[in-house]
Parts: sequence; structure tokens; C-alpha cells
Amino acid sequence: MPTFEYAPAPESRAVVDLQPSYGLFIGGEFVDPVDGTSMKTVNPATEEVLSEVAVGGAADVDRAVKAARRAYERTWSRMPAAERGKYLFRIARILQERGRELAVLESLDNGKPIRESRDVDVPLAAAHFFYHAGWADKLAWAGLHGAALGPDGVPLPLGVAGQVIPWNFPLLMLAWKVAPALATGNTVVLKPAETTPLTALLFADICRQADLPPGVVNIVTGAGATGAALVGHPDVDKVAFTGSTAVGREIARTVAGSRKKLTLELGGKAANIVFDDAAIDETVEGIVDGIFFNQGHVCCAGSRLLVQETIAEEVVGRLQQRMAQLRVGDPLDKNTDVGAVNSAEQLQRITDLAAVGDAEGAQRWTAPCPLPENGFWFSPTLFTNVSPAHTIARDEIFGPVLSVMTFRTPSEAVTKANTTPYGLSAGIWTEKGSRILWMADRLRAGVVWANTFNRFDPTSPFGGYKESGYGREGGRHGLAAYVKEA
Amino acid sequence: MAARLDVRKTYKLYVGGKFPRSESGRSYEVTDAKGRFVANAAMASRKDARDAVLAARAAFAGWSGATAYNRGQVLYRVAEVMEGRHAQFAEEVARAEGLTAAKARAVVDAAIDRWVWYAGWTDKVAQVAGAANPVAGPYFNLSVPEPTGVVAVLAPQASSLLGLVSVVAPVVAGGSTCVVLASERRPLPAVVLGEVLATSDVPGGVVNLLTGVTAESAPWLASHEDVDALDLAGAAPLPGEDATVDWGALEAAAAATLTRVVRPAGSATSEEPAVEPDWTVLPDGPRRVLAFMETKTVWHPKGR
Repeated sequence: MPTFEYAPAPESRAVVDLQPSYGLFIGGEFVDPVDGTSMKTVNPATEEVLSEVAVGGAADVDRAVKAARRAYERTWSRMPAAERGKYLFRIARILQERGRELAVLESLDNGKPIRESRDVDVPLAAAHFFYHAGWADKLAWAGLHGAALGPDGVPLPLGVAGQVIPWNFPLLMLAWKVAPALATGNTVVLKPAETTPLTALLFADICRQADLPPGVVNIVTGAGATGAALVGHPDVDKVAFTGSTAVGREIARTVAGSRKKLTLELGGKAANIVFDDAAIDETVEGIVDGIFFNQGHVCCAGSRLLVQETIAEEVVGRLQQRMAQLRVGDPLDKNTDVGAVNSAEQLQRITDLAAVGDAEGAQRWTAPCPLPENGFWFSPTLFTNVSPAHTIARDEIFGPVLSVMTFRTPSEAVTKANTTPYGLSAGIWTEKGSRILWMADRLRAGVVWANTFNRFDPTSPFGGYKESGYGREGGRHGLAAYVKEA
Repeated sequence: MAARLDVRKTYKLYVGGKFPRSESGRSYEVTDAKGRFVANAAMASRKDARDAVLAARAAFAGWSGATAYNRGQVLYRVAEVMEGRHAQFAEEVARAEGLTAAKARAVVDAAIDRWVWYAGWTDKVAQVAGAANPVAGPYFNLSVPEPTGVVAVLAPQASSLLGLVSVVAPVVAGGSTCVVLASERRPLPAVVLGEVLATSDVPGGVVNLLTGVTAESAPWLASHEDVDALDLAGAAPLPGEDATVDWGALEAAAAATLTRVVRPAGSATSEEPAVEPDWTVLPDGPRRVLAFMETKTVWHPKGR
């Protein structure tokens, strides 16, 4: 059989207009930070510096919160809800119009394949605004039990929301945070992740194009200290955080004793459970999608594969075959399946945890994919001989590393799946519908996918049990996080 | 120099995405609010009504099968395209309803916003009206609203645009398709709306607009076996005039195939004339969307 090679199919960078430096977006304009520091943001696929971005200090955060408060009191909370909704519809449309530009910029700054930024991140971000736009003037019908109501019977907003988002889905996480906050009548100060600020800064320009009133959305770039200043600011009414469980715990401590409302979407160690009657080809695709989508930088990634013992050998064999076909490399190439690891720091963490897997006696198999010379890369990796006690079966790796374990009965699968402090998501692969539902009832996870994985939709609530956080984002349920309690 | 003679438009029906004249060849004179001639509108026949039902039925599978998100995008697109024709609609509405220019503009504003309002309901109505039912047994049990099918709509007689949009948008938001009898004496804004729908990604046949005599066409639609629901909003006469349509009789005709009926507002029984509501009032939730939806409940066992 002849082998056909893929020709390079790079998406053009020309669509992106990068500035050499960016300030903070406060009160509707870009301003310099008070203390004047900045940081570089890097293309993880080449280590090329893309731009210099301001680092917001406590004084900048304070300025942004004040701008958000002013916009909340003078404009946003007084505007008819239908008009608020129309701003969100505008933003949704501009996200669609500038979709390619956003996708290329996301892939440049984050390292994810253009196929994913173009087909997943950006369309979902637009859909999120579209969906929440419609809610703005329909909150009275959203069944938000226990909400404080205004004179017109409509649930009231909280005020200013401080939002801190991660680097794995920079624009999409922005949409998950900003859209519901604005729809319910809050204004926001958003802190993008240190390593991926660029699409948030482009979003600032989209707010300008939409004529969004100044101060409704403020974007303060920076690192951990910036986020901590925002979360701790006394005039923030609501804190929303997506990121690691460790930081989530710190935030919960910071907020404790205040009246700030808090939602946390944290880490995960999802079990992807495969029964012996599962449709094997679809299942193998689902496993691959579950762990290697977005380089495994996904909080709900199916990082623990639980396979029924009778088919374990076959599944692992097919999985290795499939993994060997994955194309790792240039994120802007339209044929790329797995892109760059987002940062040197994250690459180090993945490398270290994989080494612990070796040391504890698990069997490593690495996909024979050629890797580029520059940039941060980690080949798709699979560990067998893993026991539930192993570090790689317990800790979130947040990279393209899959730990395989086996089970015999559905009850054993449930026990093993639930043996984790996390509870964000789970997957079930079987042709038996009644078993899917039986399993779903017993899995302690906020999202359960059956015969699919990593599906997201603005109408579908997302969030975790246990140490994966609390609160939901998306759907009718996600609105509750942004309205005042009676 | 002589003033340029303007080119006048032929106002036609909108059926299956096309703009035919009535197959009957009939037309009728449409006047402005002061009784001056404006145009001749097509007078739809029984055959036109039946053709329109066929077109609506043919479009149902695709429209009801589209995702709610997609339908929302299309409805929002209608609002966008209407906004671009704002002046034209304002002129038509002012002429038809005898409003000042400022009032007509406000009516058009409200009509556009009404599309946006229903665009937002497409992907929320199931979340508001659906339920996961905790049945006493090992079963998954889910109830969801589904579009009912083909809806015949008697559009309001007085509010030629805002009233029309207020009854058509909820039908298509829920995923049904419709055959609409436009306001008999004020039909022209409906024809312009057809031109907007034809260029707004709304698939042909989803909305079919007929102009003509309500009392003549309505009985054919009410008794039509392939019409699943009937909105009688347009049974209310113009203010100060006698009713030409007996909505009780139409409801009785609909009973033959158990067609769902939405009664007109404003009277205790059909012996009193119905009264057209104030369409500028924001709808009270998704009531009109749900009126054209069925509830489907799915059971599935749970077990190892």
C-alpha cells in the first residue's frame, strides 16, 4: 500500500494584527498600568515573543473595579434588559464575523491546533453569547428559585463580578464568564491567564465595535498576584474562577467570611469507562478525543481509562495504533491533531509526573510522532499497569497522558471511577442504554458523557462535584451564579 | 421638467419561498387609512390556501429538525434584515394603519425587537417547559416540548406588522411552520415581511403569507386535515367594526381533526366579538411558543 504524506496546510497569520504591546482595558479604553510593569507572551510552538502585555497591580485592579462599579450603577443596571440582550447579540455576531482572526490568534498564543480553535473554541464562544443574549430579558422565566426580585419581578444582579480564567481555552472561558454575567445585569473585571492574554485583548476591541458602554467589561492582564488582588478586592460582589484546585482552595479561603458569591470550576481526573460491548472504533476515537483534545489541557479530560478486563488488550492495541497516526506539530497547520504544550512550566509538570509514573512501576508507551525542534512539546503517551494508588491515576496531569486501568463488573467500575477527590466529568462506553443510565446515577461527577466525550454547549450546565469545585456554568442553572439571593 | 413617474410594486402572495399571484387570478383594492387607493393585492383562493399548507408541510421536517440554536440564528437574522428596511416598513405601516411617522417607526422598532425576543426563546423553551420526572421506579423519564406541525394563523386585523410578527414568530421559534392569512384590509406590510423572510435564511415554506378575504379562506384552513393548529387572533375585527369571522364556528370545524386552537382574546364567548390585544405589550413568557408545541415524554430503563 502506498503511503500518502500530508502536504503542509498552514493557516495564514496575515489575518491577525498584533500590536507590539498592550495596556489594560479599563473604562472602555486601553490604559498603561499604574506601576508600569509588563510581561511577554510567547508562541509556545516556536518560543517567539508575540507581544508585551501589561501586568496589572493592585492599583490597576482597583481602578478597573471602580470603572465596573460606575458602569453598573450609571448604565448597565438601569438599561432595559432587552437592550442589554441586544448588546450581547451584537458581540455574538462580531465574534462570528471575526472568527478566523480569533482562531488564528488563539492558536498562536495558546498552541492549540487551528482545527480546534476554529471549529470548537470560537464557534462555542459566539454561541455562548448568543444563548445568553436571549436570557437577558427572560430571567423571570428562568426558574431562579430564591433570587431577590426587583419591582418588576425580575431577578436582580449582584453588581461587579471579578473573574479569573485559565489558559487552556482562553476565549471560550472568557465567554463562559462574561456572557452570563452581562446577561444578568452585572459588570465585570476579567483577569485572563498569564500565558494567554491576547484573545481577551482582541475581545476588548470587539466590545468597542459593539459600542458596549465603557466599564461594562474591563480586562486586567497579569499573573497570580493580579488575580489575587481582584478576588480580594472589597468592592467585588461575585468571584468566578476556573483553574487549578489548589488556587481554587486559596480563593475559597480569601472569600470566606465575606458576602461575595463564589463559583469555582477546578481540576478533574475523569474516568472514561469502556464496557466490552462498546462499539470499538467509535470508542477508540472517543478515548483519543477525551484525552488528547487540546493536548490534554482540559479539566474534564478523560485521563483515567477504565476498560473491562476482557477487552483491555484489544482496546490498548487499537489505541496505540490510533495514537501513532496523530499528527503533532504546527498548531496553525490545518492537519494538526495535537499542538504545543502551552508553556515551559506546564511541559515540566507533565514531564515530571510521567517520570513518577515510570518510577512507581507503570508501563509507559509513547506515540512515535516526530516533534518540532523549537517550542514545548509532549508526545501522546499511554501508561498501562497502572493501579488506582499510583500518582498518575490520582493527580491531574493536564497533558496528553492517559492512564489505563481495568475492571470486571459495573460496580467495580463505579467504585474505581469515584475513587478520586475530583468529580468533574465521566465517560461511559456501552451499547446498553439501561447500563448507561444505571452508571450515570452512580458516578459522582457533574457531567457524564455516554458514547461521546468532551461535548460542550451553552445550554448545557457544566461544573463539578467534590474538589472539582461548585456552581455551574452554562444552561439555565448557570444563571443562578450571577443573581442576588433574597 | 416633468417629475419622474415611480415604478409601483405588485404585491403578491408568499408561498413556498416564492411570490406567486393567486392561482384564481383575483385581486382586490387596498386603500390607506383614509380610503385612498394604494395597490391591488392578490386575493388568495381555496387552492392557494391548500398549496400553502402543502408548502408548510414540506418545510416542516427541515425546520423542526434544525437545532434550536440554528433557528434562533435565523430568527435573529430576520430582525437584522428588517432593521435595514426600517424606513420601508414604517411607510407601509403608517399608510395601512393611519399612524404618524413617529408612531409608525415605534411600531417597526417593536416588531424588530419582537423577532429578537423570540429568537432568544428557541433554545430556552425546552429548558423552561421540559422536565426530568422522578418516576417511582428504575426509569429515566424526560419530558420535552416538540413542535406540533403546520399552524394556520389568522393574523391580527388592526396591527398589520407588530401583530403579525407577534403571532408568526412564536410559531416558527418553536419549530412549526405556518400558513398566515394577513390582515384583510391592511395586507401590504405582510407582503413586505415576506420579502424580508425570503432573504433572511428562513427556508422557503416555513412561513407562507396569503392576502385576501379572511372569512373566505379561514374555514378551509380550519377544516384542513393537514393543519395541526389554528391561531384565531385575526378573528377580532378592526375597532368599531362588526366581526366577519365566527371564531366559534372555526373552532368547531377544527374539532374534526382535533386541531389545536388558540382562541382570540377579549370576549367571553364567540357570540361577542373578540377584541384585538395591545401588541406593544411584551409577551408574558413563551406562552405562544408552547401553544404550538406538544409534550413528548421518553421512558428508558436503568439497570446494569
